[in-house]
Amino acid sequence: MIVNFWVTLGIKMALVLGVMLVGALVSIFGELKISAHMQSRIGPYFAGGRWGWAQPLADGLKFIQKEEIIPDTVDVRVFKLAPYVVLMGTMAIYVVIPFGPDMVAGNLDLGVFYVLAISSISTVGVLMAGWSSGNKYSLMGGLRAAAQLIAYELPLVLAVVGVVILAGTLSLNGIVEAQAQWQWFGVTPEWLNVIPPYLILQAVGFAIFLTASLAELSRTPFDMPIAESELVMGYLTEYSGLRFTMFFLGEYAGMVALAAIASTLFLGGYWLPFVSDDLLNFIGPVVLITKIALLVFLFIWMRWTFPRLREDQLQQLAWRILIPVALANIVVTAVLKVVF
Amino acid sequence: MILNQFLILGAFLFSLGMYGVLVRRNAVLVLLSVELMLAAVNINLVAFDAYLRDAIAGGQIFALFVITVAAAEVGIGLAIVLLIFRNRQSANVDEMDLMKL
Amino acid sequence: MGELVVFVIFAPLALVGALTMVAARNPVHSAMGLLMTLFSVAVFYVSNNGHFIAAVQVIVYAGAIMTLFLFVIMLIGVDSAQDNQEVLPNQRPIAVALGLALLGLVLAAGSQGWVPRGTGSPVNGTIENVSDELFGAWILPFEVTSLLLIIASVGTIALAQFRPRAIAGDEADESAVDGELV
Repeated sequence: MIVNFWVTLGIKMALVLGVMLVGALVSIFGELKISAHMQSRIGPYFAGGRWGWAQPLADGLKFIQKEEIIPDTVDVRVFKLAPYVVLMGTMAIYVVIPFGPDMVAGNLDLGVFYVLAISSISTVGVLMAGWSSGNKYSLMGGLRAAAQLIAYELPLVLAVVGVVILAGTLSLNGIVEAQAQWQWFGVTPEWLNVIPPYLILQAVGFAIFLTASLAELSRTPFDMPIAESELVMGYLTEYSGLRFTMFFLGEYAGMVALAAIASTLFLGGYWLPFVSDDLLNFIGPVVLITKIALLVFLFIWMRWTFPRLREDQLQQLAWRILIPVALANIVVTAVLKVVF
Repeated sequence: MILNQFLILGAFLFSLGMYGVLVRRNAVLVLLSVELMLAAVNINLVAFDAYLRDAIAGGQIFALFVITVAAAEVGIGLAIVLLIFRNRQSANVDEMDLMKL
Repeated sequence: MGELVVFVIFAPLALVGALTMVAARNPVHSAMGLLMTLFSVAVFYVSNNGHFIAAVQVIVYAGAIMTLFLFVIMLIGVDSAQDNQEVLPNQRPIAVALGLALLGLVLAAGSQGWVPRGTGSPVNGTIENVSDELFGAWILPFEVTSLLLIIASVGTIALAQFRPRAIAGDEADESAVDGELV
């Protein structure tokens, strides 16, 4: 029994790590290729033989080979710890993502709340990286990143609340099931839920969630913390070699993780109509990954569509627009839930 | 279900926090030490809650309130420290011995 | 049994974190130490069936309080090592003695009287249970706490907006960064 527990735990950890790494590598490749095509380039072409599919692996190998440079003014212990803290916050999200009715490493009844709590650890890691680098640009980048992550965590949390009110549970599996069993006005059949009900009911929440997750990921309309024209590379400036790779992987793994959470909360997750639960354990991952891929494509698309915001515009968007709208969304959702 | 170990740990952490409040002179670190004391109290509350099998979950709810109050306290405390720093260019509590600017 | 294993792993971590916090010269290291302690405490909550409270601990402390602390430490530049010379004589030994005395007192008091073990069902710290209690028996304290939080946030904003008129010359010194922090 005890042995069983440890073996299961080991397998689960290996799976979580594997899914995270593969997801990050595939999304890096997607970013390279999609960015290239949006700019009328071909992108990676040679590595791996066809379509340059091995480019992320080659990049990773290159980073691993590189010497790790630790500047003199660096606070060594904090500097070395920071990438692990950032990566840990991202990795822990993967534990609760349901890929099928039973395909989940840990089905917590706190699901969504756990995700929001554990992902806030990354903020501390970013601040640690920025401060310990002993460099003005890094410190400014770290402070900007922390201010941004705190500000956009609120709309992220508030956008989720609408879904939680509708589903009546915080568990991610529970939310998927609630979407599967949704009935419009108590009459429509179950298969109609292929059109995700929460995408329509919580359209405002979905828009806020996507905007806030772009900001949480520090991706382009919101990439003030690493604005290369002002801050070199922000809190990443002094990092090199393996530790830089960890930040890099963490960024893309975070993108996949938030896309997975968004597709679970708003797009119906792994669910498909006319499929039994047993079969769903095998088809579910495919469905969820398709949805994740769509959202990741959307994230990459936005990168080449919107110009970067200024720091004060960024804060105003969060505090003056997103948070009030999210609060109004909660009130309306709660009232409608009680009325109907 | 263990209890004594948690209580001893809580007592240690509380004493360390109290030591920190008395010894550190940086106002920010004094506030940090207060946080440590509150966390020590929370350990006790939650451990007793589990040990006594409290029907109304009083310990955990109390811990929740303590965390909330700690958040409010830190917000106000740090704002005051920033204000003092702005006026005195120092966050040393020993230098805050004047009643006026 | 499992609980004891968890305790043996995380209690030393909590203690080391607290010691780092108290002893470190560098305020950022102190904050890191406290963060480690708070995480260990969150693990203790989980081992005592307080899942919701553990998540609250992580989101409030890691997500908000410690970030705010680190922000302030980095912003006002107290991150350089501070001088440790005493102003009051013998303050440190007295503080150590008083702390140890308190510890002894707590241990002595604990060994005197003891409460019997509860007989009810094991505590269930899931979110449904906590919310049932919170919005049932504890609804008034809950509302009062929300009032407290609103007062605190309004007070913080008021403090951040406060500009002393007595020293007009300092206006130029007040950097824009200070203004937009809180």
